[in-house]
Amino acid sequence: MLEEQDIRAFVYGTTRYFEVAAQQAASVGSPYLVTEGAPDIHDYNGVIAVSGRRNGTVCFSAPRGMLTVLLMKMNESNVSHEYLCDLVGEVANTIAGTVRRDLGKDFAISVPTVVAGAGNAVELPVGERPVVIPINWRSHVAKLVVCLR
Amino acid sequence: MARNAPFLTPQLKLLIVDDSNVIRRRIERSQQIEQLQVVGVASNGAEAIEVFRQTDPDVVTMDITMPEMDGIECVEQLVAMKPQVLILIVSALADKATAVEAMAKGANGFLNKPFSDRQLNEALAELIGGA
Repeated sequence: MLEEQDIRAFVYGTTRYFEVAAQQAASVGSPYLVTEGAPDIHDYNGVIAVSGRRNGTVCFSAPRGMLTVLLMKMNESNVSHEYLCDLVGEVANTIAGTVRRDLGKDFAISVPTVVAGAGNAVELPVGERPVVIPINWRSHVAKLVVCLR
Repeated sequence: MARNAPFLTPQLKLLIVDDSNVIRRRIERSQQIEQLQVVGVASNGAEAIEVFRQTDPDVVTMDITMPEMDGIECVEQLVAMKPQVLILIVSALADKATAVEAMAKGANGFLNKPFSDRQLNEALAELIGGA
């Protein structure tokens, strides 16, 4: 079972990005367990591989609309695919950095990779049920997918 | 009659090193320190060395996790080339060990990502103010 403290570090890393970079807080929705198959993901995904006390994958999955508005909120006018990929990678990078700081003794956290484009899948540990935590910001909802064994 | 000379603020040349377009442009756009003038950008450590040679900056903002050559190694090389250069690490790696390692290699300040415009400008002001 995932421990609340572990999930909290990932969630904190995510919400902190919105609070600091966009100066507008995000709220956390009710987490749910995916009981069958893989969770639906959005177009832009920042993926972190986790090893150590737990092994698996954590993915920040965001819709294009959210990332576009987030870039604009940061006064960035270039909202091209390349910049959206950069941004989702930066959010994942922040999550990774926060987890390294808070749980560094127990976890090894990879440099994030970006998976983008419709139809792409994020590789999750086989046989594990991912937890999805909705991240609400303005009118958009991203997903933090945590799948650790 | 001699005219009063205009007040000239000494210019310091700034190099921005980060593998993210978003962050490079954010720093370029958000930095409001009068003395700083952006003279170059680079997306990894190896490119930073090249741009550094061409532009001879006084101040560098440096990411750590980058392809080809990471920020820590790049700091060491830049300091070897110009010991008086001021380097602000701008990284999502929030652990103390990383900051200590960067400082040991010659960095002068550390700013965690994500950062607000105010935090960026305070960190840069502190960096050049302490020079």
